[in-house]
Amino acid sequence: MLPRPTSHSKALGPGVAGPELAVATSAVLDRPPQSCAHLPLTGAQPCVVDPAVLADPRQHTKYPYVTGTSVLAIKYRDGVLIGCDTLGAYGSTKRYKSTQRIYRVNSKCVVAAGGEVSDFQYISNLLDELATDDFRTDDGIELTPQEVYSYLCRVMYNRRNKFDPLWNSLVVGGVEKGGQSFLGMVGMIGTHYTDSHVTTGFANQLARPLFRERQSDDMSEEDAMHLMYDSLKVCYYRDKVSINKFQVAKVTGEGVSISEPFALDMRWDYKLFAAPTKWAVGAW
Amino acid sequence: MTSVAPYQLGNPLSKVHADAAEGQKAHASWSPTVVAVAGEDYCIVAGSTRMSTGFSILTRDASMLLQLSDKVVIASAGMQADRKALHKLLQHRNVMYQHNHGRPMSVSATAQLLSNTLYYKRFFPFYTFNLCAGLDEQGRGAVYNYDAIGSYERSGYFCQGSGKELIQPVLDNQLGADSPLLLPPRATITALPLEQGDKVEILIITKDGTRRDELQLKLD
Repeated sequence: MLPRPTSHSKALGPGVAGPELAVATSAVLDRPPQSCAHLPLTGAQPCVVDPAVLADPRQHTKYPYVTGTSVLAIKYRDGVLIGCDTLGAYGSTKRYKSTQRIYRVNSKCVVAAGGEVSDFQYISNLLDELATDDFRTDDGIELTPQEVYSYLCRVMYNRRNKFDPLWNSLVVGGVEKGGQSFLGMVGMIGTHYTDSHVTTGFANQLARPLFRERQSDDMSEEDAMHLMYDSLKVCYYRDKVSINKFQVAKVTGEGVSISEPFALDMRWDYKLFAAPTKWAVGAW
Repeated sequence: MTSVAPYQLGNPLSKVHADAAEGQKAHASWSPTVVAVAGEDYCIVAGSTRMSTGFSILTRDASMLLQLSDKVVIASAGMQADRKALHKLLQHRNVMYQHNHGRPMSVSATAQLLSNTLYYKRFFPFYTFNLCAGLDEQGRGAVYNYDAIGSYERSGYFCQGSGKELIQPVLDNQLGADSPLLLPPRATITALPLEQGDKVEILIITKDGTRRDELQLKLD
């Protein structure tokens, strides 16, 4: 093979043949006409760069595969409560029954997610790096929930701008420096808001009305737990892709505690549940 | 997905962008309303505080208004994520301007900045429909209205958002003037039939500063 002339131009970089070197030398002019002139000389496979050839040149997330369902969160007197079930569903199949969808960032802040589990694992990685960097500044000050929330807003929005969203609805909860609680939600297209009670997914329809009715910022922990349990029950009763195995994270001034998975008492012997079609002719 | 323009190399409205536009529209076809009215020596901006997806109310207390200074307010309808990003950008530019010039931005400067900012994203727009409102250098009320990519004009009153088809005719009738550039005399703004519920956040800009008011609406 004849050596290819290369450029030493700083703009192009080392070893690159620039356009001014496309000189018609005898090597080119005296070459017999090539039938495979469109193919690389080395005999390698051509790379298809014509986007019209490919149906969709960009690979980006189109559908979620393994998903988590709702997340529920409320503020109460001492801090925040965040609850969700531990299911990673594969479509309608209840495939992974022990996924923890709550991630502890630091002693002040917790992030929980619905949606694609693998994307949440990636987000957990990012948060781990963030918290580790923060620790390494060695100033004794931890990232506040507001800061984590702002960070996640930017991450989600910028991924959406690249048409490759992280398919999650995130809930960020915790306690700020002055002792007041913080609760926010970030969606997969960057929609975000903060409020005294926050939910994702089906819980928007099922649990949020209960929260609007019964939640107040100074409710006691006992009342808050009751409200959380009632709402989790409703979500399990009415959401088909959910299981009776929940975790509740509590963030207060003293720190973060994520409970062990637990089950709630469910009743399926309501008369109408037992014979739902008794009075509905034609239903099954 | 409805039919989209085929992907063509170099075509700014390529498939990817068309997809994104579909996605944007799918999430922003419904948006709370903003209204701004300019008077001789005052300006009133109002926006609903309800934030919702198509199916449920996310929060009853989300502001659509950005107060840049005593004399300038930006109100944006449209996609919430884009609105927040745009407001963040404008606030940063506002702070930089104040550091560079030693005084806050005037309404006309802000209006131009907003237009340029929107046009920068001409080929992947901020899906926001904006109003820029305040008191101009002479102390008269000013309202500028925009489309999503930055074309703007000064008007006496305008509204944006999903209620605009309902409200604009009311404004035209109540504040009716022959030409939209004539500023109407001082008039009482009674409760406008904003489609959305929860609350209306009202900012009243006068030479003495900006006052905030709230109007409670149905919590349906």
